[in-house]
Amino acid sequence: MTSSADSSSWPLWEVFIRSSRGLSHVHAGSLHAPDATMAIRNARDLYTRRNEGTSVWVVPAAAIMASDPDSKGAYFESAQGKSYRHATYYTQSEGVKHL
Amino acid sequence: MSFASHDSATRQSQGEALTAEEIAASGAKAEDATARYALLLGDDALILSQRLGAWVSRAPELEEDVALANIALDLLGHARFLLTYAGTAWDKSEDDLAYFRSEEEFRSCRLVEQENGDFGKTIARQLIFSFYQHELYSRLVHSTDATLAAIAEKALKEVDYHQDHAAQWILRLGLGTEESARRVQAGLDSVWSYVEELFTDVEPMTQLGDIAVLPSTLREPTLTRLHQVIDQAGLTVPDMSGAHGADRSGRHSEQRGLILAEMQVLARQHPGATW
Repeated sequence: MTSSADSSSWPLWEVFIRSSRGLSHVHAGSLHAPDATMAIRNARDLYTRRNEGTSVWVVPAAAIMASDPDSKGAYFESAQGKSYRHATYYTQSEGVKHL
Repeated sequence: MSFASHDSATRQSQGEALTAEEIAASGAKAEDATARYALLLGDDALILSQRLGAWVSRAPELEEDVALANIALDLLGHARFLLTYAGTAWDKSEDDLAYFRSEEEFRSCRLVEQENGDFGKTIARQLIFSFYQHELYSRLVHSTDATLAAIAEKALKEVDYHQDHAAQWILRLGLGTEESARRVQAGLDSVWSYVEELFTDVEPMTQLGDIAVLPSTLREPTLTRLHQVIDQAGLTVPDMSGAHGADRSGRHSEQRGLILAEMQVLARQHPGATW
């Protein structure tokens, strides 16, 4: 039991990797590490073993504020049916070229 | 000679890097003394790789398990390059040299043969060896032997990470809790008498000129850097003389035979086995 108690003492970090220049960092996974410096190194070992990255970010999982999964309806589904929010909803006016 | 390799068709490519197969196929044939030097360097990497492999599934954390396994695999890669190149002198394969040499034919230093102990001791051993190896390969890239220079260039990037890993952990263990400092200090104390062997000029380095790096020339720069990081970690550089018999002969090593017995048993009981 001691080992699982020890594991929980290392905080959780979320790992973001940029695969090549010009692209955004994308969430790759998470890991445990004692501090940010070691988290970067662990991320390198765990998530960039096959030439995946040019840049790695780690963020303490506790620092991420996430939307509430139970509020999915209120948050994301209200956009449904609002087709006028999409550019394709509008017809092209006559005489407008190259749009 | 060319050591280019092929990218895979997928987006993630393995990149271009030296492989043992390319060394074997390159037609480069090592001179006898050069081969014995490659063998000596390869034995250090091979034995340490075998030692570190024993941490898999036993490290304090899953993340550290992977870190140590990565380092072990890097070292195994270096051993493959070096043993493959050494074998070109005597028409032997890397496997012939790894699995079918006896205890007294190995040239590993005793530092890498030391038992893992606890995590503190393993990190102490890693610190010393990776700092030494970094200094060594930084110089070996200028070897007049093209294959050794290419091997050193590939290995250096990896050893750069190994020494960073060890230094980060020495600082955390040294400046961590009373218990972590006590353990890592005990680790340093238990392996320090094998440091001197790393810097002892032995055959064949003494007769290879600019092909090899003379170990005694690595002593000062390596120890200076080791002292710095050990001080920074709030630990004490052990004050002890080198253990007797710093000649890599194996005559003064208790552990070498035990490691080889474990490492070689499968290949010897089932010759030609593949998996």
